[in-house]
Amino acid sequence: METLFAILIGMFFAGAVYLMLSKYTVRILLGVALLGNAVNLLLFTSGRLTREVPPIIAAGEDVLTSSAANPLPQALILTAIVISFSFFAFLLVLTYRAFQELGTDDTDEMRLAEPRNEPLPPMGY
Amino acid sequence: MNSLILRTVAPVLTALMLLFSIFVLLRGHNEPGGGFIGGLIAASALGVYGIAFGVTAVRRAIRFHPMAIAGAGLMLAALSGLISIFFRVPFMTGLWVYPQILGVEVPLATVMSFDIGVYLVVVGAIASIALALEQEPGPTIGPEEKH
Amino acid sequence: MASPATIDLSSALVLTPTPTADWLVVLPVVLMITVGAALMMIRKSVRLHGFVAIGGLTLLVVLDAALLWKVSTEGPVTMVMGRWLPPFGIAFTADLFGAAMALAAAVVALAVGIYALVDIEGSGRRYGFFPFLMLLMAGVSGAFLTGDIFNLYVWFEVLLISSFGLLILGSEPEQIDGALKYAILNLVATTLFLISVGYLYAIFGTLNMADIARKAGELRDTAPLVTLTTLFILAFGMKAAAFPVNFWLPASYHTPRIVVSALFGGLLTKVGIYALIRVTVMLFPVERETLSLILAVSAVLTMMLGAIGALAQTDIRRLIGYLVIAGIGNILAGVSIGTPAAISGAMLYALHSMVTMTALYVVAGRAAHLAGSWSLASLGGLYRQAPWFSAASLLLFLAAAGLPPLSGLWPKVALLKASLDIGAWWLAAGILLSAFLITLSLARVFLLAYWRPQAETPPAPKAAHGWRSVLPIGALTALVLWFGLLPEPLLALSQAAADGLADPSAYILSVFPDAVRGATP
Repeated sequence: METLFAILIGMFFAGAVYLMLSKYTVRILLGVALLGNAVNLLLFTSGRLTREVPPIIAAGEDVLTSSAANPLPQALILTAIVISFSFFAFLLVLTYRAFQELGTDDTDEMRLAEPRNEPLPPMGY
Repeated sequence: MNSLILRTVAPVLTALMLLFSIFVLLRGHNEPGGGFIGGLIAASALGVYGIAFGVTAVRRAIRFHPMAIAGAGLMLAALSGLISIFFRVPFMTGLWVYPQILGVEVPLATVMSFDIGVYLVVVGAIASIALALEQEPGPTIGPEEKH
Repeated sequence: MASPATIDLSSALVLTPTPTADWLVVLPVVLMITVGAALMMIRKSVRLHGFVAIGGLTLLVVLDAALLWKVSTEGPVTMVMGRWLPPFGIAFTADLFGAAMALAAAVVALAVGIYALVDIEGSGRRYGFFPFLMLLMAGVSGAFLTGDIFNLYVWFEVLLISSFGLLILGSEPEQIDGALKYAILNLVATTLFLISVGYLYAIFGTLNMADIARKAGELRDTAPLVTLTTLFILAFGMKAAAFPVNFWLPASYHTPRIVVSALFGGLLTKVGIYALIRVTVMLFPVERETLSLILAVSAVLTMMLGAIGALAQTDIRRLIGYLVIAGIGNILAGVSIGTPAAISGAMLYALHSMVTMTALYVVAGRAAHLAGSWSLASLGGLYRQAPWFSAASLLLFLAAAGLPPLSGLWPKVALLKASLDIGAWWLAAGILLSAFLITLSLARVFLLAYWRPQAETPPAPKAAHGWRSVLPIGALTALVLWFGLLPEPLLALSQAAADGLADPSAYILSVFPDAVRGATP
């Protein structure tokens, strides 16, 4: 099962990197979203994949002896999902806004902040 | 949206969703639920109301600006953690009181007030994004909020 | 209700009462969140915003100073949230390094906050400049004071999302262009950080930094740890703007309001540097040694890129952006050497860079206010217009270039000595060459913008800023001068902090009071 998940995560990462290498902002955005999901899946898998093993500590024991899934990575994912959700919402609005203001979704054309052929500073008075 | 059915149902639906969101918020201490999911439900209630009656109606209905609500929630959450300074325990330690209200013991905790704070933050932040997106013409970049 | 007293809680909870003084570790963060929340609640009364925010920031400086004093007299301070025993609870641990960085950040933020009183007018305040500033400072303070690596990630995100808000204050097309690149690349960097945290948890089964430092000794220099350290270096290097992954900084730092640039130039990259030093020097020193050559090459390239980039800029804001990068190169050089002396130099450089870069941006804002332009092609006559301001600017320029007797000198001397001690002459040559090029570019700014007679008729006299621009520039210049003339206290502080990072037993002992001293090599 872990092997399957590892392959799946690899595919997620590959897709995310491929999309982020594009020069169009919408694809980059999708790549970022996919990357977030890839990471969440990675954390999830690292917390053990087990089916229906309740983490119950037997009477008289101090620690869990059966191999239940580790809940901490799942808590980390929960935080990460909330954060990446709010970032995605922000980026979505920002991208839309950039398209409205700059009239393009091609990052090569977005040169307002760094204009092409900027003159060099003067060499003397 | 100009739909008679939606306009008729929306107030009832909004009221029910808000009620349910508070139920989810309060049961969250030991059962599934809590401030975050409750806040999301409440924010979607406001969203439904906004779709039916427009953004101005929602803004009038909630009286305070969404970001002010989020600010109040953040304040409540921070202060809930801060109370424990008076009891010589670390920040964010849960403190309980068990007052008798009408003969019933009601456990109240700083954990709960923290959760109510989270609820308000989520309602405020998501509602401000949703209202900004519903508003015509075009969205303006609304102030984001951390969770 | 089952009474908790019937169960033995001593293996899960901290049962000893917490001294009130320990609260100093969390109070900076709590204060900033509370003030930020209060400002959000009174969002209509923008007149009050400035006063409340300045009051909050002043209190933050006081709290951080008290924390630094406590840490320097009593050693690292720890508080665990919700009194769960570490490593289960999220711990806030302040050592000298973190406390000193937090204090410097608070001072810088206070200076910027005061300058913002004149620079951010009604619409910027209504948009929420001051609440965002408070939340940014909550994120920065949290990052410097936390003792839990996932919590560090959360504070990174808090400061990142408030920095987005600050970056697009004004919503001009140029800002949106810069913000888009900044947002996406920084988001990728924090995602890399999250991946590294995931792997770290998979390897160690803990997220508490003291616990990791304790356990890392058993796994020294194995393949997983080297991979993990590489990932961390990549993520933090991206946040800190180290060479191959720094192109987001010159694309965005000149677009927002000048106070926002000042804040970012002073604080954000330094948070990345702080995390880099914390993780590579304290947690994984052996693995850092393995990767030190790569770090050193990246350091030299970062410095040279910064220095040469600064030479080529006409816009003074972009020029300062490249100076920030050059500074990061110097700090990275210290990290790549890794001896306590070098780390102490890197930390000094980080403190100097926080103050100087913020001051330079504020000076640029003031210059543009006086002369009406950001471009070296049209600036001029500032010396005649404002001689005292010009004198302060010249001091700051010399400090940024690293000339005596100002604050840039001592960290550079420390780094040069450290690199010559290990025989890395090319690292020393890089530091000197980049300092020389920076001197050239800043001297040119002074020649053109200050000494050159104004070509056209001078612009109509602007409304005087009064104390609100004199105070921040004057105070930051005084700090730079003070550190240049009397460096001993800071040198001693940074040396002690670097020793504390090289041998974290005091840090570990503050989190785990029953840990055996000297458990880590």
